[in-house]
Amino acid sequence: MKVPMSWFEDYTDMSGITPKEYAHALTMSGSMVEGIENLGEEIQNVVTGKILEITPHQDSDHLVICQVDVGEGVIQIVTGAPNVKVGQIVPVAKHQSKLPGGVVIKKGKLRGVESNGMLCSHDELGITEAELGYTPEYGILVLPEDTEIGMDIRDYFGLNEDVVEFEITSNRPDCFSVIGLARETAVTFHRPFAVKKPTFTENNEKITDSLSVEVQNPDKCLRYTARMVKNVKIGPSPKWLSTRLKAAGVRSINNIVDITNYIMLEYGQPMHAFDLRDLDGQKIVVRDAKDGEKIQTLDEQEHILSAQDLVIADASRAVAIAGVMGGFNSEVKPDTTTIVFESATFDGASVRLTAQRAGLRTEASSRYEKGLDVNNTVPAIERACQLVEELGCGEIVGGVIDIKGNTKPQTVHQFRPEKINAFLGTDIPTETMISYLKELEFEVDEQKMTVIAPTFRPDIESEADIAEEIARIYGYDKIPTTLLSGTATTGKFSKKQMRENLAKSILTAQGLSELCTYTFTSPTIYDKLCFSADCPLRKNIVITNPLGEDTSVMRATTLASMMQILSHNYNHRAESAKLFEIGKIYIPTEPGKLPDESLMVTLGMYGGVDFYDIKGVLEELFAAMRIDGIRYVASGDHPSFHPGRTAKIMMNGQEIGIVGEVHPTVCKNFEVETACYMAEISFEALIDGTEASYTQLPRFPAVTRDIAMLVDKTVPVADLEETMVKAAGKLLENIKLFDVYEGAQIPEGKKSVAYAISFRASDRSLTGEEVNEVFDKILKKLEKECGAQLR
Amino acid sequence: MKEKLQQIKTEVTDLLAKTNDLEGLEQLRIRFLGKKGELTAVLKGMGQLSAEERPVIGALANEVRSYLEQEIDSRKEELSAKMQEEKLKKEVIDVTMPGKKQELGKLHPLTQVLDEIKNIFVGLGFQIAEGPEVEYDYYNFEALNIPKNHPARDTQDTFYIEDNIVLRTQTSPMQVRVMEKQKPPIRILAPGRVYRSDAVDATHSPVFHQVEGLVVDKGVTMADLKGTLEAFIKELYGADAKVRFRPHHFPFTEPSAEMDVSCFVCGGEGCRVCKGEGWIEILGCGMVHPKVLANCGIDPEEYSGFAFGLGLERVVMRRYGIDDLRLFFENDLRFLGQF
Repeated sequence: MKVPMSWFEDYTDMSGITPKEYAHALTMSGSMVEGIENLGEEIQNVVTGKILEITPHQDSDHLVICQVDVGEGVIQIVTGAPNVKVGQIVPVAKHQSKLPGGVVIKKGKLRGVESNGMLCSHDELGITEAELGYTPEYGILVLPEDTEIGMDIRDYFGLNEDVVEFEITSNRPDCFSVIGLARETAVTFHRPFAVKKPTFTENNEKITDSLSVEVQNPDKCLRYTARMVKNVKIGPSPKWLSTRLKAAGVRSINNIVDITNYIMLEYGQPMHAFDLRDLDGQKIVVRDAKDGEKIQTLDEQEHILSAQDLVIADASRAVAIAGVMGGFNSEVKPDTTTIVFESATFDGASVRLTAQRAGLRTEASSRYEKGLDVNNTVPAIERACQLVEELGCGEIVGGVIDIKGNTKPQTVHQFRPEKINAFLGTDIPTETMISYLKELEFEVDEQKMTVIAPTFRPDIESEADIAEEIARIYGYDKIPTTLLSGTATTGKFSKKQMRENLAKSILTAQGLSELCTYTFTSPTIYDKLCFSADCPLRKNIVITNPLGEDTSVMRATTLASMMQILSHNYNHRAESAKLFEIGKIYIPTEPGKLPDESLMVTLGMYGGVDFYDIKGVLEELFAAMRIDGIRYVASGDHPSFHPGRTAKIMMNGQEIGIVGEVHPTVCKNFEVETACYMAEISFEALIDGTEASYTQLPRFPAVTRDIAMLVDKTVPVADLEETMVKAAGKLLENIKLFDVYEGAQIPEGKKSVAYAISFRASDRSLTGEEVNEVFDKILKKLEKECGAQLR
Repeated sequence: MKEKLQQIKTEVTDLLAKTNDLEGLEQLRIRFLGKKGELTAVLKGMGQLSAEERPVIGALANEVRSYLEQEIDSRKEELSAKMQEEKLKKEVIDVTMPGKKQELGKLHPLTQVLDEIKNIFVGLGFQIAEGPEVEYDYYNFEALNIPKNHPARDTQDTFYIEDNIVLRTQTSPMQVRVMEKQKPPIRILAPGRVYRSDAVDATHSPVFHQVEGLVVDKGVTMADLKGTLEAFIKELYGADAKVRFRPHHFPFTEPSAEMDVSCFVCGGEGCRVCKGEGWIEILGCGMVHPKVLANCGIDPEEYSGFAFGLGLERVVMRRYGIDDLRLFFENDLRFLGQF
């Protein structure tokens, strides 16, 4: 909402308040000032002047010498403008004047003749044709003959004005008006505030003789006030009116439309004017629309309505969508002679839904949807009549039609100053609270200690709202600052949160960087991941109103997010990447119920790494988080992974994730031309780790024996190790793989595997015989169960 | 014999001065002090001496022996030190060459700042709460005093899954979930992802993060709200940071406020960053609306509380001077590596 500061002077005293003070004070009392703009800031020392005499220039055939009366005297100006004539009143930029764009005008000589300034065109003043409202002839801007001479051009164009731009919160429909903001201004500065009652003369006719109004839905039409104006003369508005509208950001159209717009700004009350000729049966009916009923609005768009919409109709058809926009069929035209002014209040929710359905959000609908004051329709329409009379553009027909709908009774609120002080942490005297409330036009019953809010304040619903009124006028900055007292609470992270933080530290310590990715994605990512058509993960949480297909489902896997980021970095020439994300997936449960949101740990890397690098990261993660019982089982059936380089991660027999080389087709689908590695594991599996406990340091030496064997290529080392562990018994301390070899000297289909095995007893030094015995057992078992041949 | 001993002493002293390496020194030691050494030979001849002479010569021989040992040792030390010095001189490396490092990964900048915020509030006695992102309409709106026809519910702002299920548009539903489960005193911080139907550009994202805070207890005042948030800001931005609270409107708090912090760039003078105002809007807050308390089964006559919510991305962008929100979700390593 934009308001020129001078407009407030109609209702309150603005003297001595600088724009800067004003902006701060209103912001701090709840009407946020976005900024104050001085419209004519760039223009200085430009006045209106009358051309008294024009003489030719001796040395030029296109320059002329003008004698110009600028009020304080006559000055000589040389100009090349083609349209100057004696007697014209024109804008004159005097010596040392400033024009928009940083232009400075100084006196000088033009071909030897002294010139004390410049005559200006509208362009040079930075005024557009739209702002002028007409296309002036080429050259100097010629002003009307009756323009005062020597007037500051900023005053002429209404540019000498500080315009305040407010950001009004949706709970304050009253502040979408000059009067509402003037009231806030007055209360903020504790100055008097008054709105004069509009006065005008009515003719002897009666509105009811030529118009009837019927309200069929009093739940949605809360008040309908109508007045009639005849002998209307449509024409341009006077300058004061168009100037004010312009400063408030509204373009002048014609006197009647301007009056309705002016009232909307001043009173916050949307108004509409119908051409009486177009009201069939000279009748207005406020009714529900029929399903499928059509109406063409002022903007010439056609809308199909439903029974939930409220319309203003005549005897035969809809002539306006209530609270949204008037109909094209009944608009005011240049030859209109009799108009009906509508000043009404409609149910906010109903207007909002209709505007939403029609895709038509207007100045009027955005005001109505916040809930307007039913007691504002009459003053607003009276003010419109007053303006009609002032502008001399019509004759007010006697009488008013005013129909009240169903409104809720005013709520009486408890007023407990001590409770309010306790709530705010303040010590504001009761009298002060009462005086604030009265300034805000609340009714205060000091006997019963109750408060009734004015009808223009639908936001006041409880004692807390009253506390806010008092707090904001008192000043939030005057409320003390205290630290929390009361019951002490222990600040802490939950176990899950601590484990998450630990996992992040372990992964970053291993050189992986953390990602933050979108959690919604495209349903086509499953194709890119090569998931089968019937893969259950394709059943997603679907957004019914997505921004686009790309972000239309909630992801059921984090693999695609990781691939996208690997791809982004690969395609931005990062040689290598090591990344992780701890983020959610969303698995649907049943209709009407929330999905399961599970946290996943996802790793991804490429560039100078292989399967064992990513597996190593996982092993370190499990070890550092003290997660036991992890096994890796070769798995060839995940469609996104290399069939021979992928393992399911098992924990105590349960699958908790997957790790492997990304399938080359998937890499290709994500436009990565190098081998990528990913792992996805359920964070759930990381929550419970074992407790650390101390084991006494060994006091007796260990005995280490190396073993090298030939086994079939297909035998996983995990099987060999399992066999060794089983065979070794409790003397075994550690098994360490140190070599795997295939190739020269190794028979086809075989591999050589070498281990260092160490044995130790905690209570004695082991003898050679003891170790030999265990070692033999291991060898036998390996031969028997794994087909190993000792080398 | 006495002369012989004196002579050995003198000879060794002379030779020591001429010996410049450890090997020569060792030879010298063997020549005089070895089993077949000259001094040893002298000592072996002691048996032939008279009973009177023996202790005298014996004492002298020992003196010479220990003298020699001492001299050789000290020369040895001298030579070792010198050799070490020479060796070290040859071992000079270029210390300006890069180190061999185990590169660390980086936490995402959003995580880094969020961790800082969490730690501040944990220090103030808060616990960290979590809640679902796919949320019932009831928790996201209704219980927060945003009735069916509130403009905030327009489909243009909210992503719907079903009629009664949305992607949460704010972290505030976690307030309700906590209050339903836990009786006061409550002090929680609830960070998380939220979703709004905003097209992606430099300052908008359909996914972003909020950090919600909630305190409910007997006798919680608006002065406590101011004090707590001011303490938080001074921790986050330093003791010089100033805050101001100005009235605002949120459906779930009353009174409501927005908190501004003095501009980090100009310190309040007014500059391009703060659009000349000297203040930068940082979070929304207010006293929990009595209707919201009542909706969660907490008696507003007995208890009061305050709540606040801040946009994490904006805080992080200002902290590091990041000008494009999209960078957070793009995860370019050149970006992530900077924090």
